[in-house]
Amino acid sequence: MSSPHPALVPALLRIADDRLILGHRTSEWCGHAPILEEDIALANIALDLIGQANLVLQYAGTVEGAGRDEDTLAFFREAIEFRNALLCELPKGDFGVTIVRHFFHGLYSVLQWDALTRSTDQTLSGIAAKALKESRYHVRHAGEWVIRLGDGTEESHRRAQEAVDALWPYTGELFMQPADEAELVGAGVATDVSLLEPSWRTQVDEVMRRATLRVPDGVWMQRGGRDGRHTEHLGHLLAEMQIVARSHPGAQW
Amino acid sequence: MTTMPPVADDSARLAAFEARIAADESIEPKDWMPERYRAQLIRMMSQHAHSEVVGMLPEGNWITRAPSLRRKMILLAKVQDEGGHGLYIYCGTETLGVDRHDLVQQLLDGKAKYSSIFNYPTLSWADMGAIGWLVDGAAIVNQTMLAKASYGPYARAMVRICKEENFHKKQGYEIMATLARGTSAQKAMAQESLNRWWWPSLMMFGPHDKDSSNSDELMRWGIKRKSNDELRQRFINLTVAQVQAIDLTVPDPDLRFDEATGNWLTGPIDWDEFWRVVKGNGPCNSERLGARRNAHAEGRWVREAAVAFAEKQQRDNREATEKQQMGTPLGDGASA
Repeated sequence: MSSPHPALVPALLRIADDRLILGHRTSEWCGHAPILEEDIALANIALDLIGQANLVLQYAGTVEGAGRDEDTLAFFREAIEFRNALLCELPKGDFGVTIVRHFFHGLYSVLQWDALTRSTDQTLSGIAAKALKESRYHVRHAGEWVIRLGDGTEESHRRAQEAVDALWPYTGELFMQPADEAELVGAGVATDVSLLEPSWRTQVDEVMRRATLRVPDGVWMQRGGRDGRHTEHLGHLLAEMQIVARSHPGAQW
Repeated sequence: MTTMPPVADDSARLAAFEARIAADESIEPKDWMPERYRAQLIRMMSQHAHSEVVGMLPEGNWITRAPSLRRKMILLAKVQDEGGHGLYIYCGTETLGVDRHDLVQQLLDGKAKYSSIFNYPTLSWADMGAIGWLVDGAAIVNQTMLAKASYGPYARAMVRICKEENFHKKQGYEIMATLARGTSAQKAMAQESLNRWWWPSLMMFGPHDKDSSNSDELMRWGIKRKSNDELRQRFINLTVAQVQAIDLTVPDPDLRFDEATGNWLTGPIDWDEFWRVVKGNGPCNSERLGARRNAHAEGRWVREAAVAFAEKQQRDNREATEKQQMGTPLGDGASA
């Protein structure tokens, strides 16, 4: 490609912003987890996710060619310019919400990275190969906890089910294929995420069964994040994330 | 451990133990040791583990606000390391016959101490630099000495932990150096942070030798190899040069270089402040302990779920094994 496809930067931002925002939410647990082992695990997952975002944002900045690096993209964009799925920006909630969200998104992430390892864009396929290993660990960690919580005590079952019910309406957006990516999909650069849903659903159902949890039926699926229409939560998250960088524009850290 | 050994045996064992200490031998978990030695080690090691865990909080406070992705990742990795150190030292302490959960309960009950430095607030990004540089720097001076401690598991933990602390210190100093050569606002942020952390970091080595109640015993048994004042002086000498190298100022008008000893001599340390913080009246004592208690209380249902699930699994596995055994015909060969 002599000049990059105009849809490539938005497509990369959708991938990167999911990880950046979910990584941020995960990092909020640091020092406050239910057991020390989970403090370590959640910090590690947050680190992986932000690391994945870092690589993809770097690449997005290069492709864009407008002099924006990964930090400019992370710290100097407004909420309406972020392209993450709404699922990623919801407040961290209790440990049940955190774990169920990691399971839902982690499973999506494994399928997406796996598909992207076959991307014709070699930078993207290289990032995907590295990220896939990390995301497999994340989903294993989260899946084991979903089963433990669902099939643990009465209280943990109730909380896990509440988390599933609260988060389920935000899962549909993960599989809504953005219209502007059609040519990228045709060229084998991007993945048609709508094709990932059946496999995702089969694996979710299997874990839900083992966890004695149920998935709600006939729920309206919320959407908007992929086009920059977010929940009220993202603005607050970004206010916190961007405050130091924006107070010192142009500074080196 | 049901019968007490005769006293005569005990004094012979004590003599043999002290001879081993004198010969610089390493004491291992199954070796006989005086109860005081065991108690001092449990106290020191659990305080150390608690400090790692509580120490996650002041830095955790800035992860979400780190001003670049690279810094955010380094800070996350550092705080993750600290959790790992805590876990590792708790396990080391368990070799002395105590249970980690009891130790954690002592912390939550306010009965166990942790490093007072974590009762100070982190008020600017520069504090992530100051903590890495000064707090981890002071910890390294202390832990390098502890890596030669007479108790093997503690000494080995310190060797491993020191390697990671060196990376922590380096990244902290790098944050400060970058700020110090940055914009005037950044440099002011770095100096202001150094002003706040300098004296508390000198206090990390504990009271002067003459006022340290545990020091004599710890040194006699080779748990500590150097005195508080020796270690503090070593830290000051190392650090003053580093402050000068990045063009910041040590916040001590009395600081002077003593030609005769080659030491940097500081003005008086405010020991009233030290004891005030140790006794629970530092700026963040109640927040730090409150955060730990809250995390523990909020996590109760999760821990209970994990236990309940594990018990169910064990029961299911047992039943499955029994069924299998009952279902296996005799003489089948599979059970031979």
